[in-house]
Amino acid sequence: MKKHWWKALAVLIIFFVIVAGLIGPTPRLPILNESIRNVYFHVPLWFGMIILLLTAAIFSGRYLRTGNPDHDHVAVEFTNTALLFGVLGCLTGSVWANFTWGEPWPNDPKLNSVAVGMLLYLAYVILRGSFDDEQRRARISAVYNIFAFAVFVPLIFIVPRLTDSLHPGNGGNPAFGQYNMSSQMRPIFYIGVIGFTLLGVWITELRVRMRRIQAALEE
Amino acid sequence: MSQSLRQVGALMRKEFVLEWRQRYALNGMLLYIVGAVFVCYLSFNARKGQLTPIVWNTLFWIILLFTAINAVAKSFVQERAGRLLYYYTVASPVQIIVSKILYNTVLMLVLSLLGFVTYAFVMGNPVQDLGLYIVSLLLGSVGFAASLTLIAGIAAKAENSATLMAVLSFPVVLPLLLLLLRVSKNALDGLDRSLSVDEIVTIAAIDAIVLVLSGLLFPFLWRS
Repeated sequence: MKKHWWKALAVLIIFFVIVAGLIGPTPRLPILNESIRNVYFHVPLWFGMIILLLTAAIFSGRYLRTGNPDHDHVAVEFTNTALLFGVLGCLTGSVWANFTWGEPWPNDPKLNSVAVGMLLYLAYVILRGSFDDEQRRARISAVYNIFAFAVFVPLIFIVPRLTDSLHPGNGGNPAFGQYNMSSQMRPIFYIGVIGFTLLGVWITELRVRMRRIQAALEE
Repeated sequence: MSQSLRQVGALMRKEFVLEWRQRYALNGMLLYIVGAVFVCYLSFNARKGQLTPIVWNTLFWIILLFTAINAVAKSFVQERAGRLLYYYTVASPVQIIVSKILYNTVLMLVLSLLGFVTYAFVMGNPVQDLGLYIVSLLLGSVGFAASLTLIAGIAAKAENSATLMAVLSFPVVLPLLLLLLRVSKNALDGLDRSLSVDEIVTIAAIDAIVLVLSGLLFPFLWRS
């Protein structure tokens, strides 16, 4: 039980965010209206994705340092879960953009950056597929994963800020502090970030265990 | 320190000599960029100065991108495994990657300047701030060489390395390419240089990050 408390926490938080997100008070803003509730789901997914990718890069670094294949399993699965979160973030964003900006995929620098970021990590999946030898695959994809994260960060945080974007916090604004979020929304949002990240860790943990069992069976 | 610098120098000299001995590869690259420029010129069938500056600029950088990928891709494929093993016994991997990046930078500089001259010759030259444009070419050469050399090292280890090289390198160089497009567009329009400082600093920072990471990661790559 001691080891599993965070899974219960993840479930509790997600339930809380769904309930509080759907019935909690929100400010009345033009254009956004009730769709501002998507902040609780869309934005935490992206935050979660970035945290998961950072973890994957760290585990890739640990693999390179120690050569322990288990770190490689963890890094791959964190990347896979991050890709899943990325797809979900795109979908929730599309729904939201359809109602507020008029089309599901407006030509916005942040969207395009994210699309390239996804390509970057899909290339990682392809790279892994093109090796037969396990050690070689693990080492080379770890090298690429770290490199990809170093490219991903300027792609997401710097490039969109240099032009005008539909997203808040871009077009020269340093951060998203001026988000039109009221003070009642802020705690739910931050708790949501923690909840979705924990959910991602949980998914990853299950997949890693599957990989470990497979590896043990093959031996 | 001075000894390792001398070793890097020797490795670079080896790259140059190697390239010079099998000149067909170098000539091939030179012909590649001139040919690409000429194909674009004929396809657009434009008289001088008819393309809008945005199209002019974007087309040039796309030609440069493809040339860079082709030129850098061969930096590891070219050499036989046995010879690579020999280098690894006489020099440290950091020296090898540094010399390869430096060599590729020089190669990219030559290619991009030649490309620019040919391109401006056949398509007309609307660039108003030539100095800044050259700076963007310089930064682009360093950035392309630094990021693509490591990718070439990765792709060379896999079986279908040509496809993999393209798949891996497009997203990796894209942030760099977008910033370069913006700076060179500013140079093209002759905007005040102070407007481009932000972008230039960002490009230099990305170049630096990529260079340092290549140096850090390459030792793990060659061991396999």
